[in-house]
Amino acid sequence: MNTLIAITGLGIFCLLFEILNFRKGIVPFTILGLLGVLALNYYEFGSTASYYNNMITVSKFSTAFSSLFIILTIFLVALSHNFYENHQTKISDYVAIKVFLLAGAVAMVSFGNLAMFFLGIEILSIALYVLAASDRLNIKSNEAGMKYFLMGSFASGIILFGICLIYGAMGTFDVTEIYESSLSAELPIWFPIGMILMTIGMFFKIAAVPFHFWAPDVYEGSPALTTALMSTLAKIVAMATLYKLVSGLNLIPSLENQDLLGTFEHIIVIISIASMTVGNIMALRQVNVKRMLAFSGISHAGFMLMTFLTIATSAGVLLYYAAAYALAGIAAFSVILYVCKNQDNEDITNFHGLGKTNPLLAAILTGSLLSMAGIPIFSGFFAKLFLFNQTIQSGYIALVIVAVINSIISVGYYFKLILAMYSKEPNEVRTGKPFLIYAVAIVSITLNIVLGLFPSLVLDLLS
Amino acid sequence: MNVSLILIILLVGAFVTYFAGDKLASKVALFFSLAALGCSVVLLNHFNAGENISLVNAWINQPKISFALNADGLAIAMLLLTTALTPIIIFSSFGNEYKNAKGFYALILFMAFAMTGTFLAADGLLYYIFWELALIPIYFIALIWGNGDAEERRKAVVKFFIYTLAGSLFMLTAFIYLYTKAHSFLIEDLYKLNLSADEQLWIFLAFFLAYAIKIPIIPFHTWQANVYQKAPTVGTMLLSGIMLKMGLYSVIRWQLPIAPLAAKEYMNIFIALGIAGVIYGSIVALRQKDLKKLLAYSSLAHVGLIAAGTYTLTVDGFRGAVLQMIAHGFVVVGLFYTAEIIYRRFETREIAALGGIRTQSPKFTSMFLILVLASVALPTTFNFVGEFTVLYSLSQINIWFAVLGGTTIILGAYYMLKMFQNVMLGETNSKTFADVSVNEGISMVAIIAVLIFFGFYPKPITDLITPSLETILNVINKN
Repeated sequence: MNTLIAITGLGIFCLLFEILNFRKGIVPFTILGLLGVLALNYYEFGSTASYYNNMITVSKFSTAFSSLFIILTIFLVALSHNFYENHQTKISDYVAIKVFLLAGAVAMVSFGNLAMFFLGIEILSIALYVLAASDRLNIKSNEAGMKYFLMGSFASGIILFGICLIYGAMGTFDVTEIYESSLSAELPIWFPIGMILMTIGMFFKIAAVPFHFWAPDVYEGSPALTTALMSTLAKIVAMATLYKLVSGLNLIPSLENQDLLGTFEHIIVIISIASMTVGNIMALRQVNVKRMLAFSGISHAGFMLMTFLTIATSAGVLLYYAAAYALAGIAAFSVILYVCKNQDNEDITNFHGLGKTNPLLAAILTGSLLSMAGIPIFSGFFAKLFLFNQTIQSGYIALVIVAVINSIISVGYYFKLILAMYSKEPNEVRTGKPFLIYAVAIVSITLNIVLGLFPSLVLDLLS
Repeated sequence: MNVSLILIILLVGAFVTYFAGDKLASKVALFFSLAALGCSVVLLNHFNAGENISLVNAWINQPKISFALNADGLAIAMLLLTTALTPIIIFSSFGNEYKNAKGFYALILFMAFAMTGTFLAADGLLYYIFWELALIPIYFIALIWGNGDAEERRKAVVKFFIYTLAGSLFMLTAFIYLYTKAHSFLIEDLYKLNLSADEQLWIFLAFFLAYAIKIPIIPFHTWQANVYQKAPTVGTMLLSGIMLKMGLYSVIRWQLPIAPLAAKEYMNIFIALGIAGVIYGSIVALRQKDLKKLLAYSSLAHVGLIAAGTYTLTVDGFRGAVLQMIAHGFVVVGLFYTAEIIYRRFETREIAALGGIRTQSPKFTSMFLILVLASVALPTTFNFVGEFTVLYSLSQINIWFAVLGGTTIILGAYYMLKMFQNVMLGETNSKTFADVSVNEGISMVAIIAVLIFFGFYPKPITDLITPSLETILNVINKN
């Protein structure tokens, strides 16, 4: 709770900075502020409390994921300094929006009431719509913002409809009360229907196939930093929220009562396989790196959906997977931001010869791609390992084999980028070593490797 | 004192090499690889004195993964192979200039680190991690420092990477499945499992895919010749000298004892595949125009025989296979080195463009001849001991296997001597060929000394490996 208040306060401070004309200090100030929030959040870890008539509930799950979100936001804010160099007058807006977005994210994982959940999702989404369209003179960015807004509002509408049906079935928005009444044998059919609608809405947000069509265009059109935010932070926020919804509202046992569990699991398996396969196969053909990472994100959403099959025990695995994926994503995007600065596109040709001109950043990008592809010793490998282990233990060996085949396919496009960096001749020389970009890239890939060497640090957090 | 010391030396060595800078990199790398060699000799003494040099540490709680290194005779033999070949390989590259040498030598040491780890690991997952880690450095070595047309090289290397990764991911799935049964990745727990015949078959096949691609056994060999040709010679040496032994070693260590029923049931098929590799490799080698490609196919033939030996499930087959792994490791490194020496002087590997070297460089000719004869398993060379033991074990299974496998010696002698004739003998070549330099000579002599010494006296190695091979065989035959 304190975390949420502190984040909102920090966002308002950012706006005030604009008025006080402290623009230069805004990035360091916000980073320090977020570090403070992180410490605050750390102290809340392990306590369980609920506030304001159970509007917000703090649990291990919410604090652990909030910490991850805060860390990612710190990285994203740090990258802002260089990215908005030419938009100095608006930097406080951009930073403030990111901080508010974080507030929405934290609300989404710590809701105790569906109203709060919806508020959270809207705060996050509206911030994202604005950021997607923030390069207002660029027609692609406008298109991305518009597309995202239309699709996102659709999804929000469907979610809202689902919430209404649940209210109709249960007579309450309160998660605990819904949980308790869902234990009774006689459930109105509205409850599962409402849940399915909410799940569909969330599938839009995480861009799972077949609700993924917006993702590639929006990722490509948005400013690169916004894409970074969408593919790392926004994706895992939606994933964690969906996880919390399905487990918190007691969906699985109530479906079991209605004999619908098998159907639900089939749907998850199908969507997971479809996301992995479509995402990977489409990614193979992309020349634009942002688009490629959009499709790779779709396939990772498919992987993360596998945790829903073992929902009682897989919170730790989801947290680990999300952390590994997001840290690799941040490292990759910080290199992309550096390479594609002052370029009008993010095509692979921009990366030619990076291994010669800038070996450090090339190595970092290689590392993050290897992590996403699931090569040891990066944490992406362990994320997949734990995920596969969980899934095989619950008997879905065919799903795991499909996932393995997909991991092989994914190597194809991750390595396309690596090949471009190491086996092509450089086409231009970049000068300047922006400190913050280097720092973010190095710190995030280091964290990724540390997670790989000591997976228990994160994995056992939620057990 | 335990075996993790070698891993630490090699890993630290890789980092130090990288930070030493381009000028010093090769010397620093040589120093660390020699240190690792010295250290493994010391460990061998400790092991022979009966000391326990294995190591088990908890690493990840859930799922339970331990950092377990097991040093029995077999693992130590492979460890010695790796640490002895690494300095030779590094030293052999001293005549070449590499761009960004610090990265190159750091990757070599890192690869040695990963391969050593693969040989020592006694926890399925740790083993898998090392197995995969070894793939990354060789990928970059072949991609960045390789030769030939860049586009073709890229294709060959990517194919290699995706092939091997695909195989090993199925192995990973098999390991996870085993974990759900045993609740542990430790090798001794996996040995104790009682799996049904069906389960064993699937696990056997998943392992086979990983190993057949790495070794390579036909029909999974298509990546090999191109990568051997395109990689820099150092990379080819690492691949053929050590890395493919990872696959053969893993067959003995992991595949056969974990799925013994399947191994016994389908033994003949896999022996036949190995022998098919012998014949196929030999015939294709006959027609090669590129020296490195010829050596690649001859290597395919030899490892086919080794693989057939492992699948016989007899102690002779195992022993012969391990002896031949070591012998082949040395001889193939030596042969690729001769190809490199020729390339340094003539800048070609086309067999047709060579010839007439003998008259200009008698020392080089005699060294090359010894290597060629060793490779065709002339008696008194180490390779003879290995191949003969394997053939003997094959004859115990079925005499026809031995007869067909024996063609490796006949066909091998034919294409190797023909190659030698075309490359070294004949009319005087118009280009001058300087005889081997001191640096080149040291590597060559070291290799030849090993081959001849153990050819006369293989007992130290047989004594070292036999007890652990018998232990493994007992696990296979327990039910």
